[in-house]
Amino acid sequence: MAKIVLDSVDKVYSGGVKAVDSLNLEINDGEFMVLVGPSGCGKSTALRMIAGLEEITGGTLTIGDRVVNDLPPKNRDIAMVFQNYALYPHMTVEQNLAFGLKLRKTPKPEIERRVKEAAAMLGLEPYLKRKPAALSGGQRQRVAMGRAIVREPQAFLMDEPLSNLDAKLRVQMRASLNQLHERLGVTTVYVTHDQIEAMTLGDRVAVLRDGKLQQVDTPKNLFDHPVNLFVAGFIGSPAMNFVAARLEQNGDGAVLKFADQTLPVADETLAAKPELRDYFGREIVLGIRPSDFDDAELAAYNGGTMTVKADVTEEIGTEINVIFTIDAPPLDHEDAAALAADAAGDGDEDDAALPLTRDKSVFTARVSPRSSVRPGQMITLAVDTRQLHYFDKVSGLSIGHPASKPAAATV
Amino acid sequence: MGFSLLEELPKILWLVIGVAGFAAVIGLLLLLVDRGPKTRRDWWQAVCFLGPALLLLLLGLVYPAIRTTALSFFDRSGDSLVGLDNYVWMFTQPEILTVLRNTLLWVLFAPFLATATGLLYAILVDRSRFESVAKSLMFMPMAISFVGASIIWRFVYAVRPAESDQIGLLNQIVVWFGGEPQQWLLNQPLNTLLLIVVLIWVQAGFAMVVLSAAIKAIPAEIIEAARLDGTTPWQLFRHITLPSVWPTVTVVLITISVQTLKVFDIVRTMTGGQFDTSVIANEMYNQAFRYGELGQGSALAVFLFVLVIPLVLVQMRTNRRAREQR
Repeated sequence: MAKIVLDSVDKVYSGGVKAVDSLNLEINDGEFMVLVGPSGCGKSTALRMIAGLEEITGGTLTIGDRVVNDLPPKNRDIAMVFQNYALYPHMTVEQNLAFGLKLRKTPKPEIERRVKEAAAMLGLEPYLKRKPAALSGGQRQRVAMGRAIVREPQAFLMDEPLSNLDAKLRVQMRASLNQLHERLGVTTVYVTHDQIEAMTLGDRVAVLRDGKLQQVDTPKNLFDHPVNLFVAGFIGSPAMNFVAARLEQNGDGAVLKFADQTLPVADETLAAKPELRDYFGREIVLGIRPSDFDDAELAAYNGGTMTVKADVTEEIGTEINVIFTIDAPPLDHEDAAALAADAAGDGDEDDAALPLTRDKSVFTARVSPRSSVRPGQMITLAVDTRQLHYFDKVSGLSIGHPASKPAAATV
Repeated sequence: MGFSLLEELPKILWLVIGVAGFAAVIGLLLLLVDRGPKTRRDWWQAVCFLGPALLLLLLGLVYPAIRTTALSFFDRSGDSLVGLDNYVWMFTQPEILTVLRNTLLWVLFAPFLATATGLLYAILVDRSRFESVAKSLMFMPMAISFVGASIIWRFVYAVRPAESDQIGLLNQIVVWFGGEPQQWLLNQPLNTLLLIVVLIWVQAGFAMVVLSAAIKAIPAEIIEAARLDGTTPWQLFRHITLPSVWPTVTVVLITISVQTLKVFDIVRTMTGGQFDTSVIANEMYNQAFRYGELGQGSALAVFLFVLVIPLVLVQMRTNRRAREQR
């Protein structure tokens, strides 16, 4: 097991395309680090550079206490799990598992022991003599994991290993992965474009965009304290609602005005983020998580209310998603545009561009399933104003975020 | 004589008549299918569409095969039954035994060397900078007929008296190294091997193209996984690349083997089967059409057919297994 350190690592492809731009990342010994971001953000390239499958253009990469920039993959003592499993089709499961060890001249009894152990751990014993073609997707996935485990490497690298499984199996495998990591405690770098996978698996999550690191933190901190608009919009499902709002002083406190709505700024927020005072009388970007709304009649906390007309309600059982429009133009910021493009490309996000609501912002609120809201009805929503997110309209950075303070000066 | 469109008119007319006739037959057939009985319609359609093809197959393939087999038990004119005499002759006559030995040499060397050359070349040029150019160069001989290739190689093996300039590449090289020019096509058994080289030259391009495609079809992730598992280039070839393309290798081997068994043009063009270089197909042609020995020629043809059967069976089995693995 080892620590992996990326020190201003660059990847520039011929033609000058910068896939990874000065990436600094410290993955601690035994940590489960998830790299997440929309497609083309450089997360896979970063992983492949750690594996040694891509050359590093600049910067240094350290695994353990060795600089491995110029080390071939086989000497880096890492194991990788691929998206398409990459099992050797002409070998049985047993041979697939043992292949790496055989090449390393591991003594035979030792190979047998490790293969047996891994097979037991993953429930692969009945399939050892089968070829990959005779296995289901989930079984192949487990063989791929097993092949990494038997090597007992310094680190596991996983490149979207669950994305080829169907939804139910993916949830199951996600849980098994968590258990496995707990049991083996091997440093793991995991790449995914699925933010739910990132949040559930990662000890820490690194959000990338256009080859640049946006934020690294625990899932909870990413959710509660996103450093900029992009991270705020990318993490969380349904995605955070954004609207341009005017911040105005109101006696000792402050209020936010947008469209025909007014929300108070919680006093504790103003105390924690004194920088907000600089924005009095100016427009900022307000972010409200769908989960920070509730039906005012059932809400436990009520910092302010918005009365809106519910256009659509999605009853999921555990909650109801209320979709409504705000009479304010949709956010015009490159981060928001990038998120919309990603959502449209993904196809499974519910807020892909709606041409019907051109000059209005579409909001989603997640309310209690006991709410009696129906489509077309008016509803009064309570807003947890302590959890509001404030972003600078130009830079997109979170106002008063500890990480954005030094960055704000340089960007 | 120049080309005059007017003189060619009758031919063109015949061409038009032919095409029109073909269209008429197809139209009639479709009409027939359409007007067929309403019950058991699938049977009716099958009969209408498969019937003509089956009939032609029967006439062009099955009937000649049966007739050839029958003829092989008759004498030279096909009049009186001679039993197994033709086969006894085949396996006792020294000249014919030489022919069989030569065919064996061809089958032993040509497919393996052509496939090995093609595979080696495909691996060496794979993902190199000049891959497409290198592959076209190798593939070009495929576009040349065996006769054309034989003429080219006759020049390579050509010999001139020692005191004059050599026009053959091989002899010139020998002379450069201070040797005596050789009568390459007269020295046996070397001459058979030199003829085999021509087939390898032509077929290696075919092997290379097919195997190169198979190599490219190996998923990149599998190669990467192997690299992470710690393979050396040789181990990668031995444990990953070769097993992955193995079904293709057998297909190529068998295809070239069948080609080799049937080889006729090269021998005919280069030596005419003289100097102990004849092979079964060439001998069959000689016996049946030059010496008028219909029975003996037919016996050789049947033997050739028998030799091809196991190859086809192996081919079918590999195909089935490859399908199972997928």
